Amino acid sequence: MALLSEAFVYLCAAVIAVPIANRLGLGSVLGYLIAGVMIGPVIGIVGAEAADVQHFAEFGVVMMLFLVGLELQPAMLWKMRQQLVGLGGLQVAGTGLAFCGIGFLFDLHWQSALALGMILSLSSTAIVLQTLNEKNWLRTEGGQSSFSVLLTQDIAVIPMLALLPLLAIGGDHSGPGGHGEGAGHGGEALAALPGWAQALVILAVIAAIVVAGRYLMRPVFRFIAEARLREIFTATALLLVIGIALVMDFVGLSPALGTFLAGVVLSDSDYRHELESDIEPFKGLLLGLFFLTVGAGIDFDLLFGAPLTIFGLALGLMAVKFTVLYPLGVLFRLKGPHRWLFALGLAQAGEFAFVLFGFAGGAGVLEPSLIKTMTLVVAISMLLTPALFIFYEKVVAPRALAKADLEPDVIDRKGRVVLAGMGRFGQIVSRLLLTSGYEVIILDHDPQTIENLRKIGIRTFYGDATRPDLLHGAGLDEADLFIAALDDREKQTELVEHVARTYPKVRILARARDRHHVYELENAGAHHAERELFEGALALGRQALAELGFHPFRARTKAREFRHHDIAMLDNLRENFNDGGADASYIDAMRAQSETLFEIMRVDRGGERHERTERGWTPPPKGDATL
Amino acid sequence: MAKVLVLFAHPRPDRSEVNQPLFETAQRVEGVTAVDLYADYPDFSIDIDREQARLTAHDVIVFQHPLYWYSSPAIMKEWQDLVLEHGFAYGHDATALRGKVFLNAITTGAKPEAYSEAGMNHAELRSLLGPFERTADLCGMRYLAPFVLFGAGRALEQDRFGAHRNAYDRLLKALVAERLDLEMAAKATVLTDALQDLVLEREEN
Repeated sequence: MALLSEAFVYLCAAVIAVPIANRLGLGSVLGYLIAGVMIGPVIGIVGAEAADVQHFAEFGVVMMLFLVGLELQPAMLWKMRQQLVGLGGLQVAGTGLAFCGIGFLFDLHWQSALALGMILSLSSTAIVLQTLNEKNWLRTEGGQSSFSVLLTQDIAVIPMLALLPLLAIGGDHSGPGGHGEGAGHGGEALAALPGWAQALVILAVIAAIVVAGRYLMRPVFRFIAEARLREIFTATALLLVIGIALVMDFVGLSPALGTFLAGVVLSDSDYRHELESDIEPFKGLLLGLFFLTVGAGIDFDLLFGAPLTIFGLALGLMAVKFTVLYPLGVLFRLKGPHRWLFALGLAQAGEFAFVLFGFAGGAGVLEPSLIKTMTLVVAISMLLTPALFIFYEKVVAPRALAKADLEPDVIDRKGRVVLAGMGRFGQIVSRLLLTSGYEVIILDHDPQTIENLRKIGIRTFYGDATRPDLLHGAGLDEADLFIAALDDREKQTELVEHVARTYPKVRILARARDRHHVYELENAGAHHAERELFEGALALGRQALAELGFHPFRARTKAREFRHHDIAMLDNLRENFNDGGADASYIDAMRAQSETLFEIMRVDRGGERHERTERGWTPPPKGDATL
Repeated sequence: MAKVLVLFAHPRPDRSEVNQPLFETAQRVEGVTAVDLYADYPDFSIDIDREQARLTAHDVIVFQHPLYWYSSPAIMKEWQDLVLEHGFAYGHDATALRGKVFLNAITTGAKPEAYSEAGMNHAELRSLLGPFERTADLCGMRYLAPFVLFGAGRALEQDRFGAHRNAYDRLLKALVAERLDLEMAAKATVLTDALQDLVLEREEN
């Protein structure tokens, strides 16, 4: 029961602290840290076992890198290469060197100084991205530049993980391909082999991951997906991540590096969104747990022993980062407030620092006492970040606006569409949008459909669109338009209801079974619902009229009149339906409407000339003397 | 032998008393291609390539339509807007239509007297059809005077339609046989009355 009661304590702390922190605009990372501080140093419920838990929770980092990899489509990286290499690369190198130099001044060993420089050059992806998103700054010039830098940093973590063990001071062993993760395990399997054979095995493993990810995983995922057992798909995803981690560990490489690579390889897969939403909760919880343990491990004696030193270090750290960032902003031609947003927003150290401190400690690169101090410093710099954003929002931005020499942000983004359901209906809609040049994220849960569409060059993502996490993964919170085109009537209504509730800003267009379904979907929050068979049946009816001898233009006019009246009927009956569904009064109203339709179409069919009811290019009356 | 293209526009052929029968006449003349625009394009989605190919393949273009608000029914305007493209019909080196013959074969509700300075419409019919003439000019086509049935609403009752229909038949046949005096036909105000004088007699052989 010890496990359960521990879990209870951790979850309890998280459940209380994280939502509060979020509400206060501090973000979830800080929430976890604070929760850790509460149960650790403050209340003292957890203590010794925190280190073991932390070890377990480090697997969250492995998962995070898998997800980072999934996000990085090679094509997107290529498009951003200038920003990534230039801006991001200079930031990491510049800040790293600056801290490395400062480390020298403090008489650190060169290896330690370099490790410290690398670790502190990173910023907090979690806090910054979340804030930029919340404030709608992500699409601005400053936001985009910040994003590029954060992305570079995320990628830079991989070589850092590989480098850290090599920096071990007075290292006893640690050859190339050294022992990863500071845990000191793994790699034994290859120890007996000569160096070149080790290298060969490692290369073979990496090649195997790339090749398997490219060619083997699609049929495997498809096979699993066809079983239509959601939990088995989740299990497969977990199995994949854990399996790669084990293999990498076996050959003595970093598991994080392996899963990252797998992520990049799979980022082009149809199953990307599904994988993402399957792994995401595990990653979130484990990473949360990891931050909790970091919080629990914070040394309060240290803080209260020398508060001025600690806060001084934190402020100094931020000052150094700002000093590197601001000139970079100038160099890359960021204008006024954008430069400030960029430099202020990225001026903290990030959550990766905790991870890397752990590895560095294990590898013997950094002194435990130094790690304790720096962990505290990093946490405080993160705690101060919301204050920087507030400073930007309240002081910098208004001034820049007052100067009024600001060019408006270029919104180069085309409308984004998420479409759920790629059946006969969704296919037509999506093809129209795709060929009109829109970016459409398409979701469908039938592997066969996905496979067929892939053959004709249309990308579809596998997944059950009624799952909230999948919709989130598909980027619905950034979409302008959501199209619900599921075949299943009930699921369709549920889907529309969920989307309308969760994403109030997105416009919703929905496919409806019939007239009643239109009302149901409208009540569920759809902005427009279209009966799936109406237009098609009308077109066939019009063709039938033409076959029966109607002039084609006349048949079109007839069909139009019918359509017009039928849509009016849809509007007229709405209130009646919403009052009491398809009850007696609804049936009555409907019958009355049908009779009107017959009346209208009959008048039009002939009868007296020049009744006002007959419109549409009728000749003027014979007796008109003015003509 | 000239190839004649009759483009017909009437949105309600089922209610047409004179235009539809005239169109049927045109359909029966050998050497005439008769096209019902509203039937071919009930949704107004005009096939530009097909229409341009039609123009290229013919020597004489006839717009047959009732006069609606001093102009043609809507689809004919859409047809002009889409088919008479720059580089095809007009522009620096557009020669596709150059030298072809163009005329309106129309029906009006009002009597002939209405189309004069003093009449209800305060203008001659041919000047009211100015946009068509200017269009033909710009495309390098030779514009002939309009072939008109005035007072079309009472033509059947007044027994005038049979003669007009025969005249239309004769006009189209003369155009096909290249026996119409184009010089004079271009100068006339309307073709209808003078038709007799404009059609050259078949030379004895």
